[in-house]
Amino acid sequence: MNDVTTTKSVSGWLSSDNREGSVPCSDIPLLSYAEWFADMRDWLRNESCRCASCFGVPQGDGLRIYSLMADDAAGRVFIASCRIASLPDTVLPSLTALYPAMHAFERDLAERFGVRYGDHPWLKPLRFPADRLDGRSTASNYPFYEVRGESLHEVNVGPIHAGIIEPGVFRFICNGEEIRHLEIVLGFQHRDVERLVCSTSNVLRQTVLAESMAGDSTVAHATAYARLVEKFASDASREELASTSLPVERAVALEMERIAVHLADTGAICTDIGYQLGQVACEALRTVVINSMQLWCGNRFSKGLIRPFGSHYPLSGALREMILKNLSDVERRYGEVARCLSNEPSVLGRLEDCGVVPAARASRIGAVGLAARASGLVRDVRSSHGWDLYGRSVVHEPVVEQTGDVMARLKVRIGEVFQSIGYVRTWLEASVPEAPQKRPPRYDVPLSPDRFAFSLVEGWRGEVCHAALTDAEGRLAVYRAVDPSLHNWLALALAVRRIGISDFPINNKSFSLSYCGHDM
Amino acid sequence: MLFSSLKVLRSHGRQFIPRLDEARLPDTFRGRPTVAAEPSDDVAEELCRICPSGAVSKAPFTIDLGRCVFCNECAMRYPDLVRFTSDFRLATNDLSRLRVTAQSGDRIALDEDRVRSEIRRTFGHALRLRQVCAGGDGSTEMELNATMNVNFDFGRYGIEFVASPRHADGIVVSGPITANMAVALELCYRAVATPRIVILAGTDAVSGGLFAGSEALDRGFLDRVGVDLYIPGNPVHPLTFIDGVLSLTGRLKK
Repeated sequence: MNDVTTTKSVSGWLSSDNREGSVPCSDIPLLSYAEWFADMRDWLRNESCRCASCFGVPQGDGLRIYSLMADDAAGRVFIASCRIASLPDTVLPSLTALYPAMHAFERDLAERFGVRYGDHPWLKPLRFPADRLDGRSTASNYPFYEVRGESLHEVNVGPIHAGIIEPGVFRFICNGEEIRHLEIVLGFQHRDVERLVCSTSNVLRQTVLAESMAGDSTVAHATAYARLVEKFASDASREELASTSLPVERAVALEMERIAVHLADTGAICTDIGYQLGQVACEALRTVVINSMQLWCGNRFSKGLIRPFGSHYPLSGALREMILKNLSDVERRYGEVARCLSNEPSVLGRLEDCGVVPAARASRIGAVGLAARASGLVRDVRSSHGWDLYGRSVVHEPVVEQTGDVMARLKVRIGEVFQSIGYVRTWLEASVPEAPQKRPPRYDVPLSPDRFAFSLVEGWRGEVCHAALTDAEGRLAVYRAVDPSLHNWLALALAVRRIGISDFPINNKSFSLSYCGHDM
Repeated sequence: MLFSSLKVLRSHGRQFIPRLDEARLPDTFRGRPTVAAEPSDDVAEELCRICPSGAVSKAPFTIDLGRCVFCNECAMRYPDLVRFTSDFRLATNDLSRLRVTAQSGDRIALDEDRVRSEIRRTFGHALRLRQVCAGGDGSTEMELNATMNVNFDFGRYGIEFVASPRHADGIVVSGPITANMAVALELCYRAVATPRIVILAGTDAVSGGLFAGSEALDRGFLDRVGVDLYIPGNPVHPLTFIDGVLSLTGRLKK
């Protein structure tokens, strides 16, 4: 089925994978827009290929567009670029018109650089970034989709929501209680993180910025950053790191983050259906996990733990025992909660058949991570694009559900909590030394100049993709971070069509997407 | 069914912390730092250079908790000079008290003279707060939610977060205040009836933190309103928030 993949990789696109180091920028093929467009169409036609990242870099009067196509079947990532010589004079065909999965990337290119698309189905602002071309475009004059009719009304929610969560606007068009259309406006959280990363040569500052890209995915984004920076160093230094306990520590932290947030979201879904037993039990369980992280690294969200080339908080025998004991406790108690959730008719009545995203739709809009797996898609970077321990000491079998409803998204969480506890147990029992191995981080390792690197990490929400280019002096010239939320917000908007508006909150919780991760 | 529910309850047990004002955090937690002595110029300069958020300055050597992201790097490099203690009581209404030097005392507290008298008169028994996230990364927001969970149960003091500013006595701002949230924040604040209080939760809210200087911020709101409480943290620990609000409203025994 992968004829396209094989020919393409031979015929020009640079082939790399999640383990390989950086490549010279000059190795990235430069195509015309027409050639790039035709190739992209071929990639996107292939069910196993996704666009992991696509971004523009200004070059003179024009723009260079880089794209990273992840081929899940081959476990490879293919990279190419194209140049648009003169932006204002050029009207281009849009990929979104054929593949909606590209909508966020093309909206970003239009919003930041003024790329003009002739046939883009819905070219609207993405996040109102500080460096947008048209400063007059703001959230206050956002071009909402309008449908008129005597039986329809609009409901606006946000940007400030009822609970303590991040801001965004949800504009519903309803027929009575039934949602016909949901439009999601984001950008309120935009802090310009990516440009801040490039504006400093302080590697510690860059790391802390990566930790803050999405505060509920600290480990995922910081690991993506650290691995990226390490790829710009020599192969020998990366091989040396691979032989230490650093990969184990990072993997344990990543799975602990997954467990903690899945527990929190299980509780949040319970809250929104008025199932207080599940809510309070999960709140308490999450506390056990994040307090374990606090004992390990001093921060309940693991801030400070992931650093390039080392760590200030090596695992010790005592920490290992503490984590194993706490996870056993969580495993038993969450098992009891999960049994209740799976059998209580009043729970099932709210969660089953609610907010369905069929597999074909999830694939078409480019859903990733937990949301994709709940819709029957086997998309998990831990199995398809392994790194460190993933694909080596553990052969990951993604937890996949078929029904694509709120219940499926809950079941994926439940399955993954137990799976992650199993992984952590295996790693900790096998490979943690009694006395901690000191290997402090390094912030002074020079990055090789004029190179490109990317890293993929499967956070609890899905695929985190960081990509960067260095300049002639070895500074980060371009840094682009894609949080899985960028792909998945559209899935939420489509999931709630034809459901009652009172079921919106459980759908929102079941996706649990990041606003700041989207807005950067 | 009933049996499985009872099982959950039995395992859950009693989770709440009995006395919030006596709670302690483990030694690993990074709270109020101490500076042992005035370092040499070279060391001070090195620490100014590595600090990711510009929180360190020299002559005298100072760690400004209003800017500090608690990354611990300075303490890791010079453990005899800087140590982050587990003291989580970081809230104050006077920014200068967040500047920790070798001369600093052993706790950060409110300047009692600066607390507006109407705060204690009006909010001394109950307080309703509206939270506004304006560029926060979600972690401080989750910790503010946690103040109301089964462990911390801040509601026991009659202090709660509410959905509408119309039901609130004040706002709690998290995040560095993005330009794209500036209008909504202002509207929310104006919707709260007077007397009203303003609390900044998290280092990025207090000073912009890591994001200070970003073109995407608009902190003009803070030029127009007075701030009653600054609470540093990355994120703010629930106990830090609880201690700060109890101190502000005069609920803590001295």
